[in-house]
Amino acid sequence: MNSHLRRAIGTALAGSLGLMALAGCGEDSQSSGGADSKTVTLVSHDSFAVSKSVLKEFTDKTGYTVRTQTGGDAGSAVNQAILSKDHPQGDVFFGVDNTLLSRALDHGLFTPYRAKGLDKVPAALQLDADRHRVTPVDYGDICVNYDRKYFADKRLAPPRTFADLTKPAYKNLLVTENAATSSPGLGFLLGTAARYGDDGWKGYWKKLRANGVEVVDGWEQAYFDRFSGGGKGDKPLVVSYASSPPAGVADAKTKPAKAPTGVATGTCFRQVEFAGLLNGASNPKGGKALLDFLLSKRFQADVPLNMYVNPAREDVKLPELFTRYGVEIADPAILSPQKIAKNREPWVKAWSSLVL
Amino acid sequence: MAVPLAFFGIFFAYPVAAIVARGLRADGRWRIGRIPEVVGDPAVVDILWFTGWQAAVSTALTLLIALPGAYAFARFAFPGKGLLRAVVTVPFVLPTVVVGSAFLALLGRGGLLDELWGVRLDTSVWAILLAHVFFNYAVVVRTVGGLWAQLDPRQEEAARMLGASRLGAWRRVTLPALAPAVAAAALMVFLFTFTSFGVVQILGGPRYATLEVAIYRETAQLLDLPTAAVLTLVQFAAVGGVLALHAWTVRRRESALRLVDPARTARRPQGPAQWALLGSVLSVAALLIVTPLAVLVERSLHGPDGYGFTYYRALQSAADSGGTFFVAPLEAVGNSLRYAAVSTVIALVVGGLAAAALTRRAGRLVRGFDALLMLPLGTSAVTVGFGFLIALDEPPLDLRASWILVPLAQALVGVPFVVRTMLPVLRAVDHRLREAAAVLGASPLRVWREVDLPLVGRALAVAAGFAFAVSLGEFGATVFIARPDHPTLPVAVARFLGRAGELSYGQAMALSTILMLVCAASLVALERIRTDRSGEF
Repeated sequence: MNSHLRRAIGTALAGSLGLMALAGCGEDSQSSGGADSKTVTLVSHDSFAVSKSVLKEFTDKTGYTVRTQTGGDAGSAVNQAILSKDHPQGDVFFGVDNTLLSRALDHGLFTPYRAKGLDKVPAALQLDADRHRVTPVDYGDICVNYDRKYFADKRLAPPRTFADLTKPAYKNLLVTENAATSSPGLGFLLGTAARYGDDGWKGYWKKLRANGVEVVDGWEQAYFDRFSGGGKGDKPLVVSYASSPPAGVADAKTKPAKAPTGVATGTCFRQVEFAGLLNGASNPKGGKALLDFLLSKRFQADVPLNMYVNPAREDVKLPELFTRYGVEIADPAILSPQKIAKNREPWVKAWSSLVL
Repeated sequence: MAVPLAFFGIFFAYPVAAIVARGLRADGRWRIGRIPEVVGDPAVVDILWFTGWQAAVSTALTLLIALPGAYAFARFAFPGKGLLRAVVTVPFVLPTVVVGSAFLALLGRGGLLDELWGVRLDTSVWAILLAHVFFNYAVVVRTVGGLWAQLDPRQEEAARMLGASRLGAWRRVTLPALAPAVAAAALMVFLFTFTSFGVVQILGGPRYATLEVAIYRETAQLLDLPTAAVLTLVQFAAVGGVLALHAWTVRRRESALRLVDPARTARRPQGPAQWALLGSVLSVAALLIVTPLAVLVERSLHGPDGYGFTYYRALQSAADSGGTFFVAPLEAVGNSLRYAAVSTVIALVVGGLAAAALTRRAGRLVRGFDALLMLPLGTSAVTVGFGFLIALDEPPLDLRASWILVPLAQALVGVPFVVRTMLPVLRAVDHRLREAAAVLGASPLRVWREVDLPLVGRALAVAAGFAFAVSLGEFGATVFIARPDHPTLPVAVARFLGRAGELSYGQAMALSTILMLVCAASLVALERIRTDRSGEF
């Protein structure tokens, strides 16, 4: 009868037995996990990125090999770390930002360590300066982006501030993300709360709603499907990042004089990303070396082009792509992590019933 | 039965129980009081209502549109049939975020329909329903059509010879034989649409949420584990109810069928009525399934300087830049295929053994086990992912960093397909054949090998195809556990979509097109194996 099939079943059985034996050892020897003192494990979200050559330099210098373990977006990565804090997945966690910092600190996720090079980081970014449980690694701004061509064609000045967005000239032009499910969406809401106060922001959003703001679920849809500047949509205004314009031209073969999109500099909310040594790390020594490395000039200089955020160190030169197409946000909106932790859920709930 | 039981105990029941218990226990005491509190919340009631009715309507619509398709694929021979059958299965395995984009391009503002007739369906229930039909068409065509093709048409002809009308013969002979498969397909579609996540999130906009979306938000975003735990239990209860109903209908209608070689049951359509039927089936498939896929391909080819392979070439150059963020697309294809192959093997072994055990034995306990095997389909990926994280973190089962987690999670979703596809066929095998073999001195294993296996080979191939396909496209659980240096195709697509710039978007579309082609190629290959073999029995 059918020999194909019989062979297939045979292979299947043998394979499954082999699998059980294999479970635990990976495709390569590095992935076996466990408390190998030559390996240091970095836990992060799925947009963590670094050049391979930079990691290799770390290995050459310290003898530690970095293994990265990522899980989901920034929010779920932090929550995973909190859930697994009794048996941490690694030694260092990177990627908790100021909107989630209090949650992580309240759960006692980190062991204090003062990383080398912290004196080169502006005080404004050091949100745990007295205890050093976390180290600032990078920052970025969530801002409204505009499509240059649209506003040039219409001979209309692009909006610059939160207040501008409620003007009739910009009616039905803005698309933003759901504050409940998307981090730029939440950042934009927090930015308005910082500017208009704990209660004033609701009045602002009523005006924004009357002015025809559209809400979609995630950044991908907002930027690629609805925005006319970076995607295929017809809305010339979108809530994105201050680094989106340089990112948009990063891979262009012929570099334009100006990025096709611009940033409304008065609509920005600052996000700071931190790293910390996980409590119960199996390789705390390696973890500390890794934290030092994250603040080293070499790693910091690699940050902009890999993750499209700004390095935390002020003595690191930005790449030309950023200086030429990006903008420095002088006066971003900020909120303390404690205030965010306290208000985030009630605000998001209030926002949902107000806007959706 | 021991192997599947152990598998489900360790890799499903234990992790899920661990995460639910974490939510419902505080300070060492159980907080059962949370349950009525959460369920009574009007917002949760709204979500439940929406989840239920959209699933019911989606299922009805899918059956309505796909059953004629199942008939056409089973009974008609036409050129390109194998290819088309593979193509309609492709949507099933594409990441929803990509399909969402394609649908928005079709139905959204400035989309194809908008340009042609000024029709916009984005953020409407219609977009959700259509996308659900798009995704689940293949479930009906393959599950129902697979069995339909093996039903002996002569039985229906005999009934007509004895004086039954065409409809009467179909109703008395074919329908009862087909009913379990239809019920199985409807159940699967209902399960998928009941637990729909990406489709609802993207096409429904922020206003609509299914239970699954709510569980994701509470767990991954808000870390409100008590609420998530209660919602998970509610979803379990709902899914369990559906499964119980299904088990009941299937038991009532089971009968031994005479299965024949599908190659002999299909023939060229005869007469204008049959040609018209085939024509309309093909146009519906073209409109509903091929168009969105074509939009994807179009977008992947439409570069800044007109049509070309810019984005495909860019995939290669991105990999050369040396960052760990990007991997060569070929590498992601390789990862995906490897993971999917391992997961298919696991799913076939576990599912095959389970299906065999379920055929052999009867009784309440076994039926409960049947339902249990389906539960992973009705459980949110985030629950399973987080469950893995907190349950499988201590020796001897410290799998936190192991690559095997990915195929294991994928197999969890694949097993139900294997069981569901094989069970109706296994049960339809005439048990007298087995008895005869046993009387002649064959051991149980030999009976299974000589009697069951040849008869169910086709179902096994279909099951393998499904398991392989869902593993290729699985995103929800994979994203939690896939290692960044070994991303699967859907994970790599999601990474490109997470970056600004026309090029990243184009690369995402190009990679999606590759995923689509890989899926189609695997499925076409499977069709081939199938026809080769069907000549042997």
